[in-house]
Amino acid sequence: MRRFTSAASYSLLCILLIAAAHGDWINAYIQIVIMFIGINIILSSSLNLINGYMGEFSVGHAGFMAVGAYITSVLNVWLFTSSQVFGPALLSPSSAILLFPVTLLAGGVGAALAGLLVAVPSFRTRGDYLAIITLAVNYIVKSSIENMQVIGGARGFMGMRGVVNSMQDVVNLPWTLVWVCTCVGATIWILYRFVNSTYGKGIIAIRDDEIAAEIMSVDTQRMKMIAFMLSSGLAGIAGGLFAHVLGYINPGTFTIMKSTEVLVMVYLGGMGSLSGSVISAIGLTLILELFRPLQVAKWVIVPLLLILLMLFRPEGILGNRELTDVFPRLRRWFSLQERQP
Amino acid sequence: MSLLEIRSLTHFFGGLRAVYNFEQTLSKGELVGLIGPNGAGKTTVFNLVSGFYQPTQGEITLVGKSILGLRPHQVTAMGIARTFQNIRLWNTLTVFDNLCISQHHQLEYGLLHTVLRSRRFRENEQRVIRTAEQMLDILNLRHYAMEYPKNLPYGLQRRLEIGRALCMRPALLLLDEPAAGMNPGEVDELIKHIKWIRDEFKLTIWLIEHHMRVVMNICERIKVLDFGETIAEGPPSVIRENRRVIQAYLGDEETTYA
Repeated sequence: MRRFTSAASYSLLCILLIAAAHGDWINAYIQIVIMFIGINIILSSSLNLINGYMGEFSVGHAGFMAVGAYITSVLNVWLFTSSQVFGPALLSPSSAILLFPVTLLAGGVGAALAGLLVAVPSFRTRGDYLAIITLAVNYIVKSSIENMQVIGGARGFMGMRGVVNSMQDVVNLPWTLVWVCTCVGATIWILYRFVNSTYGKGIIAIRDDEIAAEIMSVDTQRMKMIAFMLSSGLAGIAGGLFAHVLGYINPGTFTIMKSTEVLVMVYLGGMGSLSGSVISAIGLTLILELFRPLQVAKWVIVPLLLILLMLFRPEGILGNRELTDVFPRLRRWFSLQERQP
Repeated sequence: MSLLEIRSLTHFFGGLRAVYNFEQTLSKGELVGLIGPNGAGKTTVFNLVSGFYQPTQGEITLVGKSILGLRPHQVTAMGIARTFQNIRLWNTLTVFDNLCISQHHQLEYGLLHTVLRSRRFRENEQRVIRTAEQMLDILNLRHYAMEYPKNLPYGLQRRLEIGRALCMRPALLLLDEPAAGMNPGEVDELIKHIKWIRDEFKLTIWLIEHHMRVVMNICERIKVLDFGETIAEGPPSVIRENRRVIQAYLGDEETTYA
């Protein structure tokens, strides 16, 4: 039975959240904060795959998020709503409820393909040089979107509200929250299983010693491609969700600032620790919201907290350990799929 | 048919001739040594054989099949495993994981199977774990299974590195200075182990070594390199008496007494 405790408790939490949102026990502001927490969890844990587990330094995560956000939004608005840009809806608006996950996945696939822009150069270069390439990719994505007038260019793109509304017209549920919950669960599930298999641990071998990994039978090019595509694909899904939570996106959102925010979450939580990424995504999002009344002073205090953390705990909250390593008692409740001799 | 055949292998690093006209034939079950002073090009030969460098000229075949142009992991999959002069274990992975991951080329599943934990995934994973466990017992390292390699004493790290190479089930094992940094007691043990490994795993072993005691004791044939060129080859008794070898190692007699 213990096999299912983690899945069951997470589902329970999601059902409670959705019920609370549905019954208006928590107001719209708190709902949005919860959804941002979920999106940040996806972003930080997927970036952790590259920066933590594979040991590369990617600073362009927001670029992949943008690709996913735009593909999902454009597909949804084009298919399910009547807009000035794309004319009347192609399909009946009520079918959005079924096809929304498909468009979300399409955004993820698009972002994964964009991830190839980084994956292919990573065969030949690494470290600081690859970091510059990821930065360049982020700018390429942002500038391309800014110059595509069809999807609004620098003015941004909107109309996703209509899609969410048409889903709610069919079944009255907080659909964005439902999909955020599902995607967070799926992300953690996929990443956890990946990094706890012999196959996935090949990327940790690449971090420790790439030459040894290649000579000791790991197909490093293939593993790098999988890691980059998986990571950017998940970022793309997070982008699609982000667009539908806000209802409006513009290229200015997906700059190096956004990438840095995710980067901070990864380093705060600990490189190579999934639970660390989750904890820091929750913590940092909450802290940023709590300090909102401080206005500009927030941007002094939060970085200051970071400096203090890096001084006293440079490896992040959890280092490269998981929550179950720090509190072994948790193992009693959650059976882990770890391999032990 | 010979296991490994190297014909007129030549490699340049820019203008530097690292290896020149190197020839070697290894038959199944042999234990052959490669020696020479520092910078003679011994490790370069190993790097060429394991696919890490592509030779400027020459031919390398494993059981009749050319391995030129293959990437290192493909060469490994064909049955050539190696250890490194400076130990290169994966230090943030446990001893057990080190043994598992070296079987990466034998995994017959991909990302989808990993995520779904399908039957194929479980079968493969069980096989990998079984092999790693057997290796832990063979190496007598079970006690350290969950330890990180960097916390192990030096001799055990060497042993683990050999074990990691054996996990790949190679036909040919290349050992690059396995006795480097070992004390005399550990060297004696290593000599015993290398012979045992060859017999137990039915391997061909080709080793680079500076400890003459190791080379003279266990190698059936020895080849001596100096400045990338072969200066002598033959059984240990012949090599020991060879003038050019002594010259290469100890310098010219005339200059010594001048």
